[in-house]
Amino acid sequence: MSRIKTTFAKLKQQGRKALIPFITAGDPKPDATLGYMHALVEAGADIIELGVPFSDPMADGPVIQKACERALLHGTRLIDVLGMVAEFRKTNDTTPVVLMGYLNPVEALGYENFVNEAAKAGLDGALIVDLPPEEAAEFSALLTAQEMDSIFLLAPTTTLERAKKICAATTGYLYYVSLKGVTGSATLDVAAVAEKLKVFAGITDLPLAVGFGIRDGATAAALGAVSDGVIVGSALVGKIAELEAEPEKIAPAMSKVLNEMRQALDKLPG
Amino acid sequence: MSKYADLLNLPDAKGHFGPYGGRFVSETLSYALEQLEEQYARLSADPAFQAEFDKDLAQYVGRPSPLYHAERWSNHLGGAQIWLKREDLNHTGAHKVNNTVGQALLAKYSGKKRIIAETGAGQHGVATATVAARLGLKCQVYMGAEDVKRQAPNVYRMKLLGAEVIAVESGSKTLKDAMNEAMRDWVTNVDDTFYIIGTVAGPHPYPMLVRDFNSVAGREAREQSLKQIGRLPDALIACIGGGSNALGLFHPFLTDDDVEMYGVEAGGEGIASGRHAAPLNAGRPGVLHGNRTYLMEDDAGQITPTHSISAGLDYPGVGPEHAYLKDVGRVKYEVATDAEVMEAFADLCAFEGIIPALESSHALAFAKRLAPTLGTDKHLIVNLSGRGDKDIMTVAKMQGITL
Repeated sequence: MSRIKTTFAKLKQQGRKALIPFITAGDPKPDATLGYMHALVEAGADIIELGVPFSDPMADGPVIQKACERALLHGTRLIDVLGMVAEFRKTNDTTPVVLMGYLNPVEALGYENFVNEAAKAGLDGALIVDLPPEEAAEFSALLTAQEMDSIFLLAPTTTLERAKKICAATTGYLYYVSLKGVTGSATLDVAAVAEKLKVFAGITDLPLAVGFGIRDGATAAALGAVSDGVIVGSALVGKIAELEAEPEKIAPAMSKVLNEMRQALDKLPG
Repeated sequence: MSKYADLLNLPDAKGHFGPYGGRFVSETLSYALEQLEEQYARLSADPAFQAEFDKDLAQYVGRPSPLYHAERWSNHLGGAQIWLKREDLNHTGAHKVNNTVGQALLAKYSGKKRIIAETGAGQHGVATATVAARLGLKCQVYMGAEDVKRQAPNVYRMKLLGAEVIAVESGSKTLKDAMNEAMRDWVTNVDDTFYIIGTVAGPHPYPMLVRDFNSVAGREAREQSLKQIGRLPDALIACIGGGSNALGLFHPFLTDDDVEMYGVEAGGEGIASGRHAAPLNAGRPGVLHGNRTYLMEDDAGQITPTHSISAGLDYPGVGPEHAYLKDVGRVKYEVATDAEVMEAFADLCAFEGIIPALESSHALAFAKRLAPTLGTDKHLIVNLSGRGDKDIMTVAKMQGITL
């Protein structure tokens, strides 16, 4: 069984929700990421989404845009990000790692090259924001052949008909974008999210994780209550920007944010 | 039968031009693009919609634009006859308005209350602000902060027309960043907002519909050529940023196999210098802004900074149809350097009494190179895609003059 499947199966058995932190690899510098990954696991992460920095992150708000800029300042390449995954795997063989990013760096490396290196590194799945299922057949097939998951997005604007196609193309888990907007937006409507997730849950057995707009324990719990897990990015990455001058404080600050969410999620009835 | 007949069937149902084009967007936008595709398929086949578009082009834009024989300049160069397709005489001073009038009609029929656009030189922004004013729709235009500085007259024009210009401070602060920001706006306000993309790039169906709306220039030029020259021209020349004026001119001639076509990219300080905006000449295929096309990027797939004297060509990508036309060899893609552009700009002022846009001056620069190599019985049509009033500050600065 894949690490992602195992993780969700175990959580289900325990009646718990998945907590999935996102950080941009190489932010604020390449050698910081490995430590953050381990710290996030310590603080209660079930899966880690590692962002691949890109020069033109169209789906991201200012917080992640800045994170990309910081990471690119030090020349963090996709191949380097896979190196970080490999390092992480040396001491952690259970926490799934999913790459999240844009297609162009993957195209530059080449699909086959990427998938081979990713498999060697111990990556568990990939979510390419600007690669919808219609354009993803070749890439997904390569991922599947190496037992990695293809994770796709669902959005508030996704029709039932499209959702069926997306669910059929997805393995691992589905990432529901909670709002119309970019990452880091703050216009969460929990009732609307719950309604949409109910519809999607009716057409798939895959776990449904929710991201965008989760800031703290309260928002994590609110969305955790209606999903199988929550993804938190900007609230963590914001700490990196805030504490850039005192880098030793970054990991503890992110851990504190994540741990508060962990506690809030674990209080939910199973 | 033309050996290029298949080119008229593009894009395919998924928006692909061979391996290029497509719809590489975040899921939130998929539905809006499907809706737009469906709406455009319906309206473009509707004679009433076409009649409304044609009426606007005739009575508001001022079409047809003339095909003008630049006789004195041709004689000076001593070779082929150069004809200018005078898109600079359109309302708002450039070809951009052909597309914005068309997309404004789509916006009107979609019932959306707000229009957004990205702009580089400001020509598309002005053309968008213009049609938004006419429809009484709220309009916000994203423009790179660098471009806001170097195109101040157009910024003010947009404001006069009631649009709000939003200076984009992220990334390289030019056209690509304006497009990123417009996409972010659209994803946030997709329910009530129509995004008028200004070039033949972006996710399907934009490259197709922007091409279609601009093709009026090529259809006119073809007819005018038959009437005024007595035959089809030997070659067409147009500048390429995203490539909308070029595709508008080229498309109706694609299956006229004897008509050669030249797209002219911004050579900046020369390809070897690395300071240019010529993805078709010096880039490689990748994915940006919703489509697969040639891009200026580094080995790791990060988009690299571009340089051009003209803000309108300062873009690291190019329309996907151009990428395909390059690969199949239908169109040849050349470059003109900033220095060549300045010379051609000066030539047109001096010999023809026309101040051309710096963008269009790239096409003129190549014509200046090509014409003397051909006989006087050859005919070239250059798309004079815009007027140069907006550029006089840039040109003055290049000449060391303070206005």
